[in-house]
Amino acid sequence: MREFEKAMETFVPPPPSRINYLNAQYGLKSWLLTKDHKRIALLYLGAISFFFFIGGLYAMFIRLELLTPQADLLQSTTYNKVFTQHGIIMVFFFLIPSIPATLGNFLIPMMIGAKDLAFPRINLLSWYIYMLGGLVTIYALLAGGIDTGWTFYTPFSTTFSNSYVIAAGLGIFINGFSSILTGLNFIVTIHTMRAPGMTWFRLPLFIWAHYATSLIMILGTPVIAITVLLLAFERLAHVGIFDPAVGGDPVLFQHLFWFYSHPAVYIMVLPGMGVISELIANFSRKNIFGYGFVAFSSLAIAVFGFLVWGHHLFVASQSVYAGMIFSFLSFAVAIPSAIKVFNWTATLYKASISYDTPMLYALGFIGLFTIGGMTGLFLAALATDVHLSDTYFVVAHFHYIMVGGTLLAYLGGLHYWWPKMSGRMYPEGWGRFSALVVFIGFNLTFLPQFILGYMGMPRRYHVYPDEFQVLHVLSSAGASILGVGLLIPLVYLIWSMRYGKVAEGNPWHLPGLEWRTQSPPITENFDFTPVVTWEAYEFAPPEETEVVGKFAEERV
Amino acid sequence: MAETVEHLGVGHEASHPALQHHFENMEQQREAGNIGMWVFLVTEIMFFGGMFLAYTLYRSKFPMAFASASNHLSLPMGAVNTVVLILSSFTMALAVYSAQIGKRRNQVVCLILTIVLGLTFLGIKAVEYHEKYVDHLIPGQLIPGHPFKPDKVHLLGDAAKENVEMFYWIYFAMTGMHAVHMIIGVGLLSVILFFAARGRYDPEYHSPVEISGLYWHFVDIVWIFLFPLLYLLGRHFEH
Amino acid sequence: MSEHIVSVKIYITIFLALMAGTALTVWAGLQDFPGPLNVVIALTIAVIKATLVVLYFMHVRYSARLIWVILASALFWMGILFALTFSDYWTRDWL
Repeated sequence: MREFEKAMETFVPPPPSRINYLNAQYGLKSWLLTKDHKRIALLYLGAISFFFFIGGLYAMFIRLELLTPQADLLQSTTYNKVFTQHGIIMVFFFLIPSIPATLGNFLIPMMIGAKDLAFPRINLLSWYIYMLGGLVTIYALLAGGIDTGWTFYTPFSTTFSNSYVIAAGLGIFINGFSSILTGLNFIVTIHTMRAPGMTWFRLPLFIWAHYATSLIMILGTPVIAITVLLLAFERLAHVGIFDPAVGGDPVLFQHLFWFYSHPAVYIMVLPGMGVISELIANFSRKNIFGYGFVAFSSLAIAVFGFLVWGHHLFVASQSVYAGMIFSFLSFAVAIPSAIKVFNWTATLYKASISYDTPMLYALGFIGLFTIGGMTGLFLAALATDVHLSDTYFVVAHFHYIMVGGTLLAYLGGLHYWWPKMSGRMYPEGWGRFSALVVFIGFNLTFLPQFILGYMGMPRRYHVYPDEFQVLHVLSSAGASILGVGLLIPLVYLIWSMRYGKVAEGNPWHLPGLEWRTQSPPITENFDFTPVVTWEAYEFAPPEETEVVGKFAEERV
Repeated sequence: MAETVEHLGVGHEASHPALQHHFENMEQQREAGNIGMWVFLVTEIMFFGGMFLAYTLYRSKFPMAFASASNHLSLPMGAVNTVVLILSSFTMALAVYSAQIGKRRNQVVCLILTIVLGLTFLGIKAVEYHEKYVDHLIPGQLIPGHPFKPDKVHLLGDAAKENVEMFYWIYFAMTGMHAVHMIIGVGLLSVILFFAARGRYDPEYHSPVEISGLYWHFVDIVWIFLFPLLYLLGRHFEH
Repeated sequence: MSEHIVSVKIYITIFLALMAGTALTVWAGLQDFPGPLNVVIALTIAVIKATLVVLYFMHVRYSARLIWVILASALFWMGILFALTFSDYWTRDWL
């Protein structure tokens, strides 16, 4: 009998309590002063959804303007502000915190068998810091906006831009602390608060992914903090370390900026990969193929991700020799990601797959992330990057990973753990339908952009030659479909909180530790300290897993 | 689960009043706090690292300008500050020691000494900054109406006036950031002092003193590097 | 308590060593050594002083290996920042 089935036999679950973390205490103060990681996760969920909506509005204006080759909807400076703000909001206030702050906060203690994170009050503080950073940024948007691009390149941002650079920079600076505190909390928690028997190699891959993400948050975020601060002071003093007038180098800004911002994209995608590992294994009812490889590949991505930032500076007067080093390393960083894709695919082979909504998102992720990743290789190669840099090819590449990857993983995870978080099931039919709409809308939006970029359409331009219009119209049409596809879950998820089918503790019948609690969980997660005696995703003990191929006879 | 280990609220030995509900025991709580502070110090290392990078880059580009500008800094004040800060690290270590052996009065004395030394450092820094202000060496338009004028700086070798301003930018950025961290440290230690005076810390529980100590020592280490790199660059040219 | 308590004697010794290091670094800063030696000496002394503070005042000498790993990673990452950035600046003149 499988180990976890043996454990389940002797385990008599306590009768589900009517009290859970949602109704344990009422009132605004009990939410705003909570120390419960699950409530904090929901606070983040609300805030992040709000910022995603704002970022989405900016995207809508971009796509509307790009329907025609002329500048008819927005003036140039306004358009500059719109794409800048779309980038800032989406990167710093949605993508970076999304999965770690909502799903990570909610699940990490439960998955390791703990009652909470190591520092619950710091967790709450990180949310307040996030809100403060968000407010300061919103002030910058409302006061007049920023037009430098989310990358804030000097000398435009320090000397020539007439927009609210300092305010926006301050908002990002503050937000960085939220990221750092979250990462710090996760690292300490995973090191010190695992339940008895929960060894490192029994941890769900979701945990490994978040651990690796936290490493990046800790090592990278401080560098953007100091960079933004130096930028702000240079703007105030009218002179600084990026200013050639005193011997400074504007490209130093790019080095410092991308030292963080490249690893930041791994902060954005690694948690998504963690979610996908969970979804693929669980919805295939099969041990994940190559657990060790997937776990270590998360760490490898975190480390290698810090070695490649110069590929953003290939055409920025960086030395060609440095370019060669960075190009080589950029190819290398693709390897651990590819390992994950291979392992997920191998998990699917001969598995018992159920095509529930989370699985649809996971399958979408694998395909779209692969496309995004492979197009990154074109950009890693020095020669092709010269042509593709600053074109729509780059835009399509990173949207395939950020939207086709991270956003899909976020939605998949949200649906998968929705019964645990809310105690209700979402409507499966609508879930699958909107997953399909999102997939179609997304591809229609961004596939044409690869072609546009290849044909020479520059990014951040709102005026373009007539021959590009057809592709732009297709892209904008896709964007409206994508928008609809994203609004539908907003509606039915909120609807389900009141009218959805009540979910039991383990609605998917899965072995993970988070499913051994009631739905929604009690505030302390567990009534007892769990003792873990089984491996992760142990759908079948090692002796029972089928081995195909020439080693089959050698297995006992 | 195969067995339960313990039920909440049943079978606990009397736990220390400072034990938080989500930790099993004081040892786990102490370990977590310690690792947490070290992880935070990693972020501080990377934070200052960016500025050290800028310093290294521009110093290698304009060695004589940097040396000239550095010579205009007050070596006595820098050296005294170094001594003051190392002394404060010593008293901080003694404060932690006193907490470890449960001597409340010693804790309080050592913490007060550390704070006083920290404030001394800041005071000397303020005097230095004031001198820079008087000499018109505050870069750019940071002080509106009081622009940078490097006339007081004696230029060595092929030093260019513009690059002198670069040195002072980096000087103010690095020592300024360091001073901000000192101020935060003094504030932190004041809170710790308040609780130490009320007997909050004992050999079983003195984590806050320990981790504040880690922070304080880190700030000291940053200065240990800042002092030679900013104050001792070009002294050998003029002797 | 698995905490190791460092004796006052050790603290005093380290403090005196740090004072000596400070005096040495000031003296060395005033001497004109050939080539880049001034910088090398200054940095070496600073690294030794910092190491003493880390090992004894911050108790890393008596701490779990995890702490060593955390500290070493931070230094290594600063190294990455420096090394790869300078791979650009120091090779710009080559072409």
